[in-house]
Amino acid sequence: MTADSKISKVQELVYEIRVGDVMKENVITVGPQSKMSELGKILREKRISGTPVVDRGKLMGIISIDDFVRWLVERHDDCPVARVMTKNVRTLYADEQIVHAVNKFDQLGFGRFAVIDRRDDKLLGIITKGDIVEGLLKKLEIDYYNEQSNRSSIQHFFDDVLADRAALFFQYSVAGKDFNRAGESSSRLKSTLQRLGLAPQIVRRVAIATYEAEMNLIIYTEGGEIRVRVEPHKILVRVEDSGPGIPDVKKALQPGYSTAPEWVRELGFGAGMGLQNIHNCASKMGLRSVVGKGTRLIINISTDDEVASENN
Amino acid sequence: MKITELVQQLNLSVRSTAGDLDREVTGGYASDLLSDVLANGEPGNLWVTLQIHQNIVAVASMKDLAGIILVNGREPEQDTIEKAEAENIAIMVTELSTFELVGRLYGLGITGTK
Repeated sequence: MTADSKISKVQELVYEIRVGDVMKENVITVGPQSKMSELGKILREKRISGTPVVDRGKLMGIISIDDFVRWLVERHDDCPVARVMTKNVRTLYADEQIVHAVNKFDQLGFGRFAVIDRRDDKLLGIITKGDIVEGLLKKLEIDYYNEQSNRSSIQHFFDDVLADRAALFFQYSVAGKDFNRAGESSSRLKSTLQRLGLAPQIVRRVAIATYEAEMNLIIYTEGGEIRVRVEPHKILVRVEDSGPGIPDVKKALQPGYSTAPEWVRELGFGAGMGLQNIHNCASKMGLRSVVGKGTRLIINISTDDEVASENN
Repeated sequence: MKITELVQQLNLSVRSTAGDLDREVTGGYASDLLSDVLANGEPGNLWVTLQIHQNIVAVASMKDLAGIILVNGREPEQDTIEKAEAENIAIMVTELSTFELVGRLYGLGITGTK
């Protein structure tokens, strides 16, 4: 990964992450009627340099160690915090993007902001620059990890295999007319490909194409086999049944053409879009059928053609 | 807008809570043909349909949809709920018709993505 793409990732994240995601909750607070002497104790014991002043959940002000020192120097009586605190505090809303927070830190030079709820002004937490950096780093780490685990697995696996050609092979048996288990094979295939770490778009294309093919086996045949071959740069799905076969393959490929019975259509299947969907997901597709013998559908998905994957 | 907010605003009843109700909805798609949704639904979409059998969960999972709203007060079959819990898909029901529900969703800023 280049330095440029890293920067743009952070730029992307400051718009993505919200103040509420990185702020610290369960803030130590004092009430407006708390005495300054109590405040001194809290600041010392909790080792904090300031705290929001809150009345019934609402933010009334902020009192910092500076305010405390000023009070000590002037040394009046032990008055309530409300008289010394900074009122009209600048705040951030929890649903604001981090980029707004960064700008406010820059403009105002504060060390921290109180974070409040946009609807009722109640105090939700406190955010410092440190919290933002920590939040960004955490998110970057997660994204980086995801990227790594996506990239590594299958490519590394194939790299480690010493052979002129290597492939993984999966087979699924589909029973005809069994609508209760419809989609099971393609779901299992999808999970398998995800675990292998294939790119999400590729997984989606293979899963949709296989799902439609599986539905065809269930709706129109007595059952069949789905065989999947995963190679470093392509995935081959072969779907075969032993009848009844398609009388007019050309017609079957027309979008909207369907021979599905009414009860199947009422379930939302048999709209005549299945083969079209498969075609859209595939890099290459082949359909051969002999009436009375069976049908063979070949779906070829290349992991390299990103153009097709953007459409799915 | 998040699913939880839509549930509140439109008074939807949640039937499967396994999905991520805090997920941000990217848009909506309304159709009762599964292949149509497979072809045209987008990841993060909310799907409005009157189909209630368990294959809607498979379709939603394939397309990584945010959730399914069943219209006309139709209740999901038990198998559908079980599958939705297993596949982490949110299912909600409403008494409203498709037309009425989609209109209200649009009013809340949930638009088509194509």
